Amino acid sequence: MNRIECMMSVVWCRHERSMRLIILEDAGVVADWAARFVLQRITQFAPGPGRHFVLGLPTGGTPLGMYRRLIDFYKEGRLSFKYVTTFNMDEYVGLPRDHPESYHYYMWNEFFKHVDIEPGNAHVLDGNAADLVAECKRFEELIAAAGGVHLFIGGIGPDGHIAFNEPGSSLVSRTRVKTLAYDTLEANKRFFGNDISKVPRQALTVGVGTVMDAKEVMILITGAHKALALAKAVEEGVNHMWTVSAFQQHAQALFVCDEDATLELRVKTVKYFKALSEEHQRMIQRRVEEQRVIH
Amino acid sequence: MKPKSGLTRFYNCYILRDSKIIKEDLWIRDGKIENPEQVFYVEQLQADVTVNCEGLLIAPGFIDIQINGGWGVDFSYDSENVKEGLRKVSKELLAHGVTSFCPTMVTSDVDKYRKILPLIKKTDGGKHGATILGLHLEGPFINLAKKGAHVEELIRIPENGIKTIEEVYGSLDNVVIVTLAPELAGATEAIKELADMGIRVALGHSTASLAQGEEAVECGANLITHLFNAMLPFHHRDPGLVGLLASTTQKQVFYGIISDGIHTHPAALRIASRTNPEGLVLVSDAVAAQGLADGNYHIGPQHVTVEGGRAYVTGTKVLCGSTTALDACVATLRKSLDCSLEYALEAASLHPAKALGIDNRKGRLNFGCDADFVMLHPDKIKIESTWIAGECVYKCNKM
Repeated sequence: MNRIECMMSVVWCRHERSMRLIILEDAGVVADWAARFVLQRITQFAPGPGRHFVLGLPTGGTPLGMYRRLIDFYKEGRLSFKYVTTFNMDEYVGLPRDHPESYHYYMWNEFFKHVDIEPGNAHVLDGNAADLVAECKRFEELIAAAGGVHLFIGGIGPDGHIAFNEPGSSLVSRTRVKTLAYDTLEANKRFFGNDISKVPRQALTVGVGTVMDAKEVMILITGAHKALALAKAVEEGVNHMWTVSAFQQHAQALFVCDEDATLELRVKTVKYFKALSEEHQRMIQRRVEEQRVIH
Repeated sequence: MKPKSGLTRFYNCYILRDSKIIKEDLWIRDGKIENPEQVFYVEQLQADVTVNCEGLLIAPGFIDIQINGGWGVDFSYDSENVKEGLRKVSKELLAHGVTSFCPTMVTSDVDKYRKILPLIKKTDGGKHGATILGLHLEGPFINLAKKGAHVEELIRIPENGIKTIEEVYGSLDNVVIVTLAPELAGATEAIKELADMGIRVALGHSTASLAQGEEAVECGANLITHLFNAMLPFHHRDPGLVGLLASTTQKQVFYGIISDGIHTHPAALRIASRTNPEGLVLVSDAVAAQGLADGNYHIGPQHVTVEGGRAYVTGTKVLCGSTTALDACVATLRKSLDCSLEYALEAASLHPAKALGIDNRKGRLNFGCDADFVMLHPDKIKIESTWIAGECVYKCNKM
């Protein structure tokens, strides 16, 4: 029995410890679904003074739509980030904080400035710290001091990397300095005037182990160019060459993807998870009490 | 000094920054424009005060580098109550979105210069009125043939360069712009020396050829006073000072434009702006009659009649400055050029700031600049409120 058949053999819902794949129409629906899920989780948690919801956050093109929806929810008064603490996954080393490609810049412009989060609760790794190793240690300690991450949201690269945990990274890694793979430099040079020498060669990133420690993980995957990575993540075994595959073993991991990203999946896999779509819709619709029953 | 403002966030607004109108909050502190990203990540602070702008546009405050007076006050004439007059005009200007200006004196006698110049000091703005950047002295070193409304007997030649200029004006401490005719004897030397002193030289009331104009620019002049007015008309064999707009000199030349709908035909405005868009500086060139009803007034020692909003030398049809404030000039410019709102607003803020070399602190809403700005209705270019160094100094009644 391969892994998929094994997964299918369990009765969904009643089995808490398993990975879910949620297949939605397109990137827009993925963004909306992900934002509603965050809304649902924060609301369910009912954060308040001394009781912060801890959120792990990604950057990049995939989560952009989700941030926009979250900003809408905030503006509509449905969601507040006053008692939310956030930890970002990664940041380039040596890039000025206000450089348009820095993740500080992204988070400020795409999210933080639009909502009511307290500046002291929004944590982004400092790629300009004098002591990078100490900065990584500090970040891990901050996460621990916050009581761990309730929900870590991530995206993946076409090579299946999560954060800057590139192919070959340890699956038990912690926050650390990473030298970027040549592929990544090549892929990112378009953001740096097509000049590979301008692309930062190092980044600070949370480890796969750091994300694995979160109580719940939601990975967003959209577009045909991510299809192979999704197939590797879901249909094959845990493999450090496709670091996102580690989340098969997470107690509560969700892969949220669009139709395009399923192109490399088996029909059987897609049909199986699509059959569960009603269940998935309920995940973001149910009232808090009912939600608890499912788990 | 004025009170320091706390960290204030203006939200629900559009702002004009880097020639674009964008949906963005404006943060200020201690009279300067702040970088909120820096405040968030480094200082980890939130705003002390938030101001809901209800969808208004925030633009840099207007800078009028040529204004002879207004509301009955004539900077060139009223030597007895200079300070009071200055106070009146600088206060009234706030309602027109003007946050900085250069009080302008037309050709006057030595006695007037000695009395008035020392009294018009560079002054920070506030609730009492707009910032006084320094004087603009238009004349007396101008060409008789292009005297316009200036008094013939008082017109001089700077035969000994800066020496003659200082003999006439006295101290130049409070002066930031001198308008002169570059073809006069001694003018070239004077331009060099004025430029060395950090004073901007504007070319005007002149019959200069393009070659003379270019030489003046090479010597340090960087402005043309009320383009098209009081200079040779454009001629294709020698385009004169107008030709400086398309000259091959490397330096950016700025030119004052009175876009009151009277002084310059819309087609002429378009020619200027299309030829040299970055150089267009809106000026009001307003006279004492600004803000007053039709009637008889004086500009310098001369009598002026206002008829239907136009100011003439009494008994003639010679125009002698406008009666339109800068906010209305912005609206007229926009209509005449059919240009973007961004361009029209920058012509009254960023461009004059650049012309004076103060765009590192005025004329922009960039981080670190003075928090001098206006809030306006973008459709009507109607000033809702005016702010200097982060302080609200004027508010339209309806707000």
